[in-house]
Amino acid sequence: MSRLARAANSSRRVLVTPEGIAMPVTLASRGSRLGALMIDLMIITAAIIVLFVVLAFAKQGADAAMGVTDEPASSPAGQFLEIVAILAIFALRHGYFLMFELGPRGATPGKRMTGLRIAARDGKRLTTEMVLARNLLRDIELFLPIAAMTAASFASGVASWTMALWLLVFALFPLFNKDRLRAGDLIAGTWVLEAPKTSLAAVLSTGQAATTGTSRTTGVAYRFGEEELAVYGEYELQTLERVLREDRPEALAAVQEAICRKIGWNPGAGDERAFLEAYYTQLRARLESGMRLGKRKADKFSA
Amino acid sequence: MASVPASGHAPGSGAGQAAIEAAALRSDRFRLEREGDWARLEEIVSRMEKGRLSRLSDADLLELPVLYRTVASSLSVARETSLDAATLAYLEALVQRAWFLVYGPRTTLWSWAARFFGGEWSRAVRAIAPEMLVALLLMVAGTVVGWLLCVQDPDWYYSFVPGELAGERVPGATREVLLKGLFGNTGDSGLSVFAAFLFSHNSGVAILCFALGFAYGVPPLMLLVQNTTMLGAILWLYSGVDLTWEITGWLAIHGTTELFAILLSGAAGLHIGRSMAFPGDRSILDAAAAAGQRAAVVMAGVILMLLIAGLLEGFGRQLIDTTGTRMAVGGGMLLFWLVYFFLFRRVPAGSEAE
Repeated sequence: MSRLARAANSSRRVLVTPEGIAMPVTLASRGSRLGALMIDLMIITAAIIVLFVVLAFAKQGADAAMGVTDEPASSPAGQFLEIVAILAIFALRHGYFLMFELGPRGATPGKRMTGLRIAARDGKRLTTEMVLARNLLRDIELFLPIAAMTAASFASGVASWTMALWLLVFALFPLFNKDRLRAGDLIAGTWVLEAPKTSLAAVLSTGQAATTGTSRTTGVAYRFGEEELAVYGEYELQTLERVLREDRPEALAAVQEAICRKIGWNPGAGDERAFLEAYYTQLRARLESGMRLGKRKADKFSA
Repeated sequence: MASVPASGHAPGSGAGQAAIEAAALRSDRFRLEREGDWARLEEIVSRMEKGRLSRLSDADLLELPVLYRTVASSLSVARETSLDAATLAYLEALVQRAWFLVYGPRTTLWSWAARFFGGEWSRAVRAIAPEMLVALLLMVAGTVVGWLLCVQDPDWYYSFVPGELAGERVPGATREVLLKGLFGNTGDSGLSVFAAFLFSHNSGVAILCFALGFAYGVPPLMLLVQNTTMLGAILWLYSGVDLTWEITGWLAIHGTTELFAILLSGAAGLHIGRSMAFPGDRSILDAAAAAGQRAAVVMAGVILMLLIAGLLEGFGRQLIDTTGTRMAVGGGMLLFWLVYFFLFRRVPAGSEAE
């Protein structure tokens, strides 16, 4: 297996919904989570800076209007603005993630931009308690390690470096478990998933060649016998489906030739699509009727 | 592709029916018959994902869970009968997108607050009662140790009480100096700013105390002991000049609420640490998740208690200048919390926690 395929496989998980349906999900990559975090932190920082500038100007104005000029004292209005600043920073630092993740869209702006969602690990409802728990741990995962590293780089004592390294364990926690949980996810029972997006492809079995086996261009009727269809299984059927959906002439020709070689036909030229549509539909009909009877054929090697 | 009516059309009517009849495969006919529902769900889900809730009618919102279940059952059937990989992939993705919305956080802030105050909070607090006992013992021990060490050697005072906090409150200060710090600050300006600062600072410490519980509960214990040795040292200092009653009142007015909140945050952290160290018959992850959610409820309450404590310390202590009233307020608050947590045993309806 290639490295890429292995990476894709290691992020696949299967959830069981409360209805009992197995639902394959994809874990968010650590890179996109870091990206989402960076976006969110930039938004928070920008909000704090804007708030500070606005409040500083307002306070200056208020103090001057009230005739308070000496530095430490403030007018009542100025005091009020100081309180607003303290509470707003607290709210931004602790409430930003909480507010967005509890909102109807269930993700912070950063997560939305990188296509991530939070979900309960057990497939049940994502509760308010879970979102609370996962965000209460952000301090020791993020702010504290950064502060400790900064302090350590100034103090450079053994103790401060030990402290910084210990805190780094929390920051790097998602790197050391296969579900990429951060400490907050662990105690909340949540994980971060990729939000899927796919559109419905067209039905393949409504074309003329598919329904009747007759080609529109040549008028030839393609009918395949039992032993001609029995050579392939589901894996080959899905390969054929992909080729038909991509609809590249050279691929169609190559696949037609391969099939003809296998079933002992003479491949014609110019009518590949009709041939393949007819073969696809009849192979699928055969495999699906087997499926209804509980017989499945995984690929050409299985009985 | 021809648009397909969702259901209930007469045989032979319209292009949709023609397409269904034209499909050679039973599984494709199955798909064409249900495509309308899928497209409808996809449209609702897409609009909700874009945050345009206001453009969704109530009917759409009511329809979402119904359509989700319909499409989920389509997926189960398709898995058993269809080999169309593209359709299966589409259905899996659509079901997942709808699942995010149907099982996403659904409560509004108000309904959550109603449940939280209506019994959820006090229930979570009662659930961590064993850890609260441990935290209480540690806090008492910390206070006693702080006191006893100062009795032995007053120099300990300086290591318990940081210099910037101590100010004039150092061993050897006269009774008058110490008394002055306790009363007569009613005229101070900047009280409200002080209260806001205290709230923000203490909440940060409490969140930290809780978060560190994740490391098997040891750090919050140290934090609890460290904080209370300072308390013991200050009590020792004031009792030395016969101001025990006055300092108790000065501390109690907000301290009963603040120390209770710190006790709760330590106990909540300890609760997570304990359930990870001793998960019982559950997996360590399940145990941590259950404990973490319970502890999160306690912590939401702790932040609120610290807000109240900040107000009591910033305003109440400065405006109330007699020890008796201070004691009454502090004692009243303690009584209130105890009654609310341990005698208020209502289980709220629609509780999300286990």
